[in-house]
Amino acid sequence: MPNCVDKKIIKETDEILSKFTNSKDNLIIILEEVQKKYGYIPQVAQVEISEYLNIPVAEIYGVVTFYSRFTTKPKGKYNVSVCLGTACFVKGSKEILERAKQKLGIDEGETSKDGKFSLDSTRCVGACGLAPVFTVNNEVYGKATVKKLDEVIDEYMKKD
Amino acid sequence: MKTIEEIHKIAKQTRKELELRVNTKADTREKHILVCHGTGCTSSKSPLILETFNKIIKEKKLKNVRVIMTGCFGICSKGPIVIIRPEDTFYSMVTPEDCEEIINTHIIGGKRVERLLCKDIKGNMVDRLDDLAFYKKQKRIALKNCGVINPENIDEYLAFDGYKALEKVLTKMSQDEVIDEISKSGLRGRGGAGFPTGKKWLFVKQEEGKQKYVVCNADEGDPGAFMDRSILEGDPHSVIESMAIAGYAVGANKGYIYVRAEYPIAVHRLEVAINQARKYGLLGKKILGTTFNFDVEIRLGAGAFVCGEETALLESIEGKRGQPRLKPPYPAHSGLWGCPTLINNVETYANVTRIILNGSKWYSSIGTETSKGTKVFALGGDVNNVGLVEVPMGTTLREIVFDIGGGIPNGRNFKAAQTGGPSGGCIPEEHLDTPIDYESLAQIDSMMGSGGLIVMDDSKCMVNIAKFYLEFTVSESCGKCTPCRIGTKRMLEILQKICSGNGEEKDLVKLNELANGIKKASVCGLGQTAPNPVLSTMKYFADEYKEHVVDKSCRAKECKELAKIVIDETKCKGCDLCKKVCPVSAISGEVGKVHKIDQNKCIKCRSCMQKCPFKAIG
Amino acid sequence: MKEKLVTLSIDGQKVQVKEGTTILEAAKKAGIDIPTLCFLKDINENGDCRMCVVEVEGRRGLATSCIQKVEEGMVVHTNTPDVVSARRMVLDLTLSNHHRDCLTCIRSGNCELQALAIKYNVQEVKYDGEKAKKEIDDKSPSIVRDFKKCILCRRCVSTCKKVQDIGAIDCAQRGFESCISTVGNISLNDSNCVFCGQCIESCPTGALHEKDDTEKLREKLYDKDIVKIVQTAPAVRVGLGEEFETPIGENVQGKMVTALKRLGFDKVFDTNTGADFTIMEEANEFVDRFTKKGKMPMITSCCPAWVRFAEKNFPKQLSHLSTCKSPHQMFGAIIKSYYAKKMKIDPSKIFVVSVMPCIAKKYEITRPEMEADGIRDVDLVITTRELARMIKQDALDFNNLEESGFDDPMGEATGAGAIFGTTGGVMEAALRTAADILEGTDISEIKYEQVRGEKGIKEAKLELAGKKINIAVVSGLGNARKVMNQIKDKKCKYDFIEIMACPGGCVMGGGQPIKSSKIRREQDVRKNRADSLYSIDEKSVIRKSHQNPVLIKIYQEFFEKPASEKAHKYLHTSYNKQNKYDI
Repeated sequence: MPNCVDKKIIKETDEILSKFTNSKDNLIIILEEVQKKYGYIPQVAQVEISEYLNIPVAEIYGVVTFYSRFTTKPKGKYNVSVCLGTACFVKGSKEILERAKQKLGIDEGETSKDGKFSLDSTRCVGACGLAPVFTVNNEVYGKATVKKLDEVIDEYMKKD
Repeated sequence: MKTIEEIHKIAKQTRKELELRVNTKADTREKHILVCHGTGCTSSKSPLILETFNKIIKEKKLKNVRVIMTGCFGICSKGPIVIIRPEDTFYSMVTPEDCEEIINTHIIGGKRVERLLCKDIKGNMVDRLDDLAFYKKQKRIALKNCGVINPENIDEYLAFDGYKALEKVLTKMSQDEVIDEISKSGLRGRGGAGFPTGKKWLFVKQEEGKQKYVVCNADEGDPGAFMDRSILEGDPHSVIESMAIAGYAVGANKGYIYVRAEYPIAVHRLEVAINQARKYGLLGKKILGTTFNFDVEIRLGAGAFVCGEETALLESIEGKRGQPRLKPPYPAHSGLWGCPTLINNVETYANVTRIILNGSKWYSSIGTETSKGTKVFALGGDVNNVGLVEVPMGTTLREIVFDIGGGIPNGRNFKAAQTGGPSGGCIPEEHLDTPIDYESLAQIDSMMGSGGLIVMDDSKCMVNIAKFYLEFTVSESCGKCTPCRIGTKRMLEILQKICSGNGEEKDLVKLNELANGIKKASVCGLGQTAPNPVLSTMKYFADEYKEHVVDKSCRAKECKELAKIVIDETKCKGCDLCKKVCPVSAISGEVGKVHKIDQNKCIKCRSCMQKCPFKAIG
Repeated sequence: MKEKLVTLSIDGQKVQVKEGTTILEAAKKAGIDIPTLCFLKDINENGDCRMCVVEVEGRRGLATSCIQKVEEGMVVHTNTPDVVSARRMVLDLTLSNHHRDCLTCIRSGNCELQALAIKYNVQEVKYDGEKAKKEIDDKSPSIVRDFKKCILCRRCVSTCKKVQDIGAIDCAQRGFESCISTVGNISLNDSNCVFCGQCIESCPTGALHEKDDTEKLREKLYDKDIVKIVQTAPAVRVGLGEEFETPIGENVQGKMVTALKRLGFDKVFDTNTGADFTIMEEANEFVDRFTKKGKMPMITSCCPAWVRFAEKNFPKQLSHLSTCKSPHQMFGAIIKSYYAKKMKIDPSKIFVVSVMPCIAKKYEITRPEMEADGIRDVDLVITTRELARMIKQDALDFNNLEESGFDDPMGEATGAGAIFGTTGGVMEAALRTAADILEGTDISEIKYEQVRGEKGIKEAKLELAGKKINIAVVSGLGNARKVMNQIKDKKCKYDFIEIMACPGGCVMGGGQPIKSSKIRREQDVRKNRADSLYSIDEKSVIRKSHQNPVLIKIYQEFFEKPASEKAHKYLHTSYNKQNKYDI
């Protein structure tokens, strides 16, 4: 039987679903909403969507794991993302990424134990003029250096 | 809903108000402060600048001053950018703190704020945007409205001939005439492969079937490319209008714009634009009082490069994994939900309205024999002026890199220019004078691609660059077909082996074999072009591969395991600091005398390089 | 309308084929066998593996011959250096990501990848590098997934999704990380998988296979303290021979019985007799529901994959299922009750093994309801494939074994029991008995052609004893779902429905010998096996279950009459809603 956390997710997922028709092409938009709400796509939510759209849940899982914006594990409160687009790469963004791993003590795609930080890399946020860049949630930090990254992360570490 | 007459009236009225945007001698007392709201400048807090301006204007109760958000001006490396019209003064790297001074000195005082003026490469002050060498060789067709109008205001779009092309098409042209005009213009797909646009439209028109679709591919995924994003952010209506024109021409009443969710600003502006267009009756039923119905919906890409491939994109719109379909059948015959579907990319659409209004003759007079019009490039990497440039086809790479881009920074030398992203190749110095068009780029083992142009200086290792692109392909391969799924992975592993100093000569043979095999056997464009960065670097920078494999050295010292770290005898003062910091005691030498690194012991940790106060180690 | 013909050239030969033919099929006509790997006709036509590529003049890149259609005047080359090197590269790459433990692989000798490696004379593995790392999933009693051997052909995915309409597995992740997965990579045991085993039948390698119980059985066969009794399902005898190179569908009943005895079983019985009991109970249940206006339509329940499917997907419609156990469960219960008593054997000392064409039967015997008096009906199930494996291990020269008959006193079965193994068989057998009950006579017309054949949903209107009866025969779970949705929406017009999970019924079960993609597209495996069962029926003296003397005797001596209290205790069961996923 679903526990109370699952029940809550089921209820909230149903609320999201009620905004859409049960046409299969709504799947990705629905997943976007769920991802936005939870920072990941819980398995019980996938089952709910599966029942609603009449798509096998394994297929939904296939879609979730295909697109890099969707995750099956919760992301941290602050998601640090280092751009590895060509412009940023040429300007040394790999070093920034390495430093971020070191600083946060987590690997790419991981979330810190306290759930505060997660780290990933992205392909071009389109701010090539500011290369190299990294982002924390929606905030873009351009012309990044190892030092700047340290400062920014320190700031977030001080926050709740 | 507005009638044609009402729309004409709005256009005329607004045009009058906006004369100062395009005419430095406009007869007006008004001033417009344009603040760039492209992604680059937005990231550097340009919305705060706009807010600050407005606050000050309100406080000082200034009249005849308007602050306007615009799309990208192009020269992102100078952002945030503020321009004052009508005099067209160009302020670069503006901060919110500068706003007060701009208002006081410029708007009220009538004098330029000299410290905020942009300096060109030679250090000369540049007064106007157009005076920058960056703009001299450009020709703005697709980007015409970017940086001129407020993209979130349909009236401003109407003021500059907006929706006039649609009106012309709906009221004066037959479907065939539209397609004929596009065909004659010589416009080719700007998404990469360069298929003649008119022909594509004709194919879809010729298909039978009641339901047809028009799709805009705005899934710009090339790392280091942001042309489409800038068009969507700066001039969203031009894309919507062109899609409606295409819908009319091919007989479709429904359009989809597939745009990356990573482009929140572009998505927002598109939403605003679509709603405005619907409100004015420029989308929806009975457009402009004709019998033509057309509407557009946005679909978000959820982070998969392969969805830029047209059939993968269709799968994704249908809510599935973005795995390409086998061709034939082509989308023109069987696309979205099996219906005939027209797919063009953003930049292609952005040219359509201009062609309809100015005629195919005008358009085909620009460019080369086989490639007409202009091409927008996202210029980036080791070049002074990073940004968005639009040049006529046939412009040489040298002109783009050196005249427009202002050359290579930090006193370094040009090594290669990469076009076509992960599908393209690295072009060496010897081909810099190639006039750019679809055919010439293919001849030198690269491709037009969507328009990323990354410049690399001589500190870059070309094997490492090839590895970088393969890393990208491997992580973005959809995994459907064997050659791409496993083949690119094996290629990457070989490159990793080479870059870590374990490469053998037979690896180069294997790499070449795999590259050619994958090109031939893969299902879609991603796999078929994935080996290009490797093949082109193997061709033009064969020496570097050889060095990595045979001499075990990397001249750019980017491959850590291969970077021989040596002490420059002329610079070493014998301070002994390096010896002390070396964790493996690889450095020998007496105090006061030149030191030496034992290459057999050195682990390339670079501690000594960082420690050396005389920069003698490298 | 006349079919349009297309003329094309393949490797210099002129070929004329119907419009809409694939290049692959056209090449076959020209005597060229283009290799395939991911292709499974009508089921998996994705063109993913790239083994079948050919060159078509005037076309950029290589064409996918398994999908792409011929065109008038097309010039095809199937053996150019480009084509050969591309195929070879594809094979080398596939092998580089495969675990290549052929010696210890369950599919060695019947592996499509291995066959290609032999064909292309692969003597060394050209590329090496990282391989897919995945845990083996062997939690369920029926099926094992070993992704180290998976080549991502997706034949299993298409079968599960398109044919069976289950979608327990799909492609997850992307690029090199791509894998076939359940949601969150949970065990199939905890997923919506119903253990039909059709994925195993479509897998070209050893990535999917039955849970092998031969070792377990071997141990028991050496145990002198127990009585080892084996029963064999009807479909086994028309499949087993294929593992020993006999023509597809050949009936090898006699040799099979001999082999089982040589393996060490004390008694060899025929599940067909169990099937006769099922018919007796089921036909009576139907007549009872039909005449007393019970829950209609009634649906057969001998297929455990179908039962698990119903419990997971249609929990509110479970009362439509007949309460009859499946034939081998009934038979197991009879062996451990009536037979044990008669032979004076302690039932706890009897070890009943069922040889089944099915992997779901392995799951079925673990269902808690499948027992009486605390004694499990059946102790172990092995599939046709596992039996063949044991015969090979014991080095029996199968094709030259003498023939022998099933053991008394349970040996005699009817033709009705035999046809249980094919789609429509249960219905036909039940109708023979139900008709006699309703009419009260021995009707001579016993062939029900309407329920035979390959169609996924067959329907017929009958008149028995002046009453109209609508029946349907359904095979394949995709079709089952359609019919069940009709019931759910109260739009179902049938009175009696037979449902089998596997398309074609048990002859095509998930435990039957695996046929390569090539054999499946060139031969009608189902028809050959089914025809063989129908011919057993034709040749039988007794062709109605209720006329089986063994059965009549056991009812007299033990159960009294169908649906008696005792019959319910041993021969009937119940159903419960199951969670679709245990997550």
